[in-house]
Amino acid sequence: MEVMQLLLSGLANGCVYGLVALGFVLIYKATEAVNFAQGDFMMLGAFVMIGLVNPQYLGMNFWLAVPVALLIMAALGYLLDLTILRFMFGQSQTAVVILTIALGFVIRFVAGVIWGHEPQSLHSPLALGDVRAGGVVLSLADISVIVVTLLMTVLLWQFFQRTKLGLAMQAASQNQMAAYYMGIPVKRVQGAVWALAGVVACVAGILYASKGTLDISSGFIGIKAFAAAVIGGFGSLPGALMGGLIVGLIEPFAARYFPTGYSQIAPYALLILVLVFRPNGLFAQVRVKKV
Amino acid sequence: MSALLEVRNLETFYGPIMAIRGVSLEVHKGQVVAVLGANGAGKTTLLKTISGIMNPEKGQILFEGGEIQGREPHHVVRQGIVQVPEGREVFPLLTVEENLTLGAYTRNDRAEIARDRDLVFTYFPILAERRNQEAGTLSGGQQQMLAIGRGLMVRPKIMLLDEPSLGLSPLLTQEIFTILRKLNQDEGVTMMLVEQNAAVALDLADQGYVMELGRIVMADTADKLAASEDIQSFYLGHAHEGQRGERRWKKRKTWR
Repeated sequence: MEVMQLLLSGLANGCVYGLVALGFVLIYKATEAVNFAQGDFMMLGAFVMIGLVNPQYLGMNFWLAVPVALLIMAALGYLLDLTILRFMFGQSQTAVVILTIALGFVIRFVAGVIWGHEPQSLHSPLALGDVRAGGVVLSLADISVIVVTLLMTVLLWQFFQRTKLGLAMQAASQNQMAAYYMGIPVKRVQGAVWALAGVVACVAGILYASKGTLDISSGFIGIKAFAAAVIGGFGSLPGALMGGLIVGLIEPFAARYFPTGYSQIAPYALLILVLVFRPNGLFAQVRVKKV
Repeated sequence: MSALLEVRNLETFYGPIMAIRGVSLEVHKGQVVAVLGANGAGKTTLLKTISGIMNPEKGQILFEGGEIQGREPHHVVRQGIVQVPEGREVFPLLTVEENLTLGAYTRNDRAEIARDRDLVFTYFPILAERRNQEAGTLSGGQQQMLAIGRGLMVRPKIMLLDEPSLGLSPLLTQEIFTILRKLNQDEGVTMMLVEQNAAVALDLADQGYVMELGRIVMADTADKLAASEDIQSFYLGHAHEGQRGERRWKKRKTWR
């Protein structure tokens, strides 16, 4: 029973990591840049939601606020690409990485100015109540996190397989030059990827805020999510999600069965092991190009 | 008759290097025009400039009478110009069918797209067989066929083919060129063909240009070019021993 309990809460945590990792991989695949502000995107998405829903701010209905928050984050992602990142086109990857790190600082600062530095919790209908089943106690929040993540995965998968824009995103990430030749407006497609990353981050943020309190440094789980993305194999969407789940599962088990403190380093220990033994990640999608 | 595609005094730079030094040429509807030349002659740059991947410094590109130089690539594709890039640039992790679907990215007429896909499959039956296979797992020749098929999905008014024979066996080259000829004759696809393999290119083409160091140095019908002594000795590799037995490398090209 105890194992079951650890497993489920680990899965719920892992789903949030997985969603943030998904954002990393989305942007990496499409633009070959790593967006280190992805965790802060998540934090911002959560705060936007708090700003819309909580009574001391706008006090909107939760379910009404969800699409609004998603839209705001999508627009923000697209605008960031349009106004800043598009001008980095052709610059070295290092420059883009430093830029996104700086972007993270800016987002934390702005969020601090708007919503303050105190921890806050989202008034979420998901945060109420527990479910008991055969000796296992699960918070409704944990269950909804798992369900929503599953749903999100299926939706994203359908989007990439079935829609023209999804296919174009894959094409632009696999062979940018050929995408240009086929008349795909690559820059606009990359903007759409940033918008999508904003949406995914916002979903992760809403789920995260439903599970507990949120403050402006919550975005630092992005580092764990980054580790998750690398463990899963950077560049593979299912890998990112699996990596997130693995990291999420390791933490509670390490906390329970190892001495104090080990749960903090367990994900990174695994990261090192993976980098040594499977440098491309566990679920890598690497294929050598034929000449 | 005015040309479908006309290039006037085009100049393009790679940074400080002038890759195209004032090129002018014409392609008429239904024609196959070959552009020959050695490595570094500027052939690929010429195609890239036409398809909007590179911007020219000077000169005009007229398509159906309208200027298109310096436009974004997706705009150029919408006009009906598609480049089939050198070295089979397919989307490696997507299936053959998805690659073809992306060829029709600029189009919205579903029924017509399906018809064109079937057309591609009749010309390249091997692609129909492998329609659900990832493009990266195809052989080199099949990838070239896919790249051409994907270009056809644009339903182009003109197809710019960059070295379709690159890295292919002579037999596969023959096969690809037979299909290109059929596409030109039966479907009326206008083509501009850049090649190092002068023999097959001139065999297919109506009109030919020879490029060297960014300039056009010869222009004539393909038959006349194939018969000319310069082309024979420098591109087709026929050895003509002179009366005094002077060697090929001692000879000067007539345009120098």
